[in-house]
Amino acid sequence: MSCGRMEKKIMGYVDGRLKEGERLEMDKHLSACAACRVQVNEFRAVNVLLDELPMIEPSAAFDVRVNARVAAEPAKQSWWAWFAPSPRVAFAASMLLLATVWVGSYSVSDPPQIDQADVPVLENYDVISSFEALTELSQAVPADDASQQN
Amino acid sequence: MLDVKAGDEQSFALLLHRYRSPLVNFLYRMVRNREQAEDLAQEVFLRVYRAREDYIPSAKFTTWLFRIATNLALNSVRDNRYQRMEISLDAPVTMDAEEGDEKTMDIAEKHPDIEQHLIEEARRKMIRQAIEKLPEKQRAAVLLHKYQELDYGEISKILECSESALKSLLFRAYQTLRVELAPLVAQQARQ
Repeated sequence: MSCGRMEKKIMGYVDGRLKEGERLEMDKHLSACAACRVQVNEFRAVNVLLDELPMIEPSAAFDVRVNARVAAEPAKQSWWAWFAPSPRVAFAASMLLLATVWVGSYSVSDPPQIDQADVPVLENYDVISSFEALTELSQAVPADDASQQN
Repeated sequence: MLDVKAGDEQSFALLLHRYRSPLVNFLYRMVRNREQAEDLAQEVFLRVYRAREDYIPSAKFTTWLFRIATNLALNSVRDNRYQRMEISLDAPVTMDAEEGDEKTMDIAEKHPDIEQHLIEEARRKMIRQAIEKLPEKQRAAVLLHKYQELDYGEISKILECSESALKSLLFRAYQTLRVELAPLVAQQARQ
């Protein structure tokens, strides 16, 4: 192993995360390279120094604040919830259904009666039958006669 | 998390209990402000709660959790940097929360050897400042590697880089720390 390859291996070596083969390769290099040995020792020293920083505890109100923010979250509705029955929609739908059934049954059981006297064509029948303009038209020619004329 | 996804509120309380301390500590070391770290940690839990129904266990839960936390922390650090640039250099420097908390302790009662305590505090301050000086991505890599003990695969997913790039990040970070902490490193190496 060259000193250049140390860059990728040194952290794993210092914190003991290297595979056995890689560790042995590092050991071999370090036994022959004083500069890398110094570097490894100094990295180890840094690692130990970082342990000196104390942990802090979250404040007593931390959980309360998180839970309050979670409780304030609006309930998430999935698209499937669109199909879930709601009282108002169910009431409106049932009223619409009732109205449709009622209107349907009324029209089938009691059809409207048409008074013959109310039909306007029949009312003016006499006028049309004696209308002079109609009498002046030529008589209709039967279909057979018409073909012979052609 | 799968129980939280199924609507089990008690499982969310367990997640909160399990991860609040690691998250707050990670965020505190990223943003260097206790109040801001707690606000960000709350935001992380809120995002976890909001995303519970869409959660797919394709990666480890901790990877997902710290990815949210890291993104929030990096954004916050960048925002803070811009804010600091706008503040006048004449403005009085305020103590950070941790130092403030420690000042309120009865030092004489907790540390009969006051000189030793002051030495230890100076060492800790030097270490904190050395970490703070690291570029934010290197800092996140060191914190996730050292304090959360996540493996390289997880950290590289959190930081959205290759494992090889992560190893380089960590190497450069430790090189910087080695220089910044040279007196302490030399002292430590002698022991």
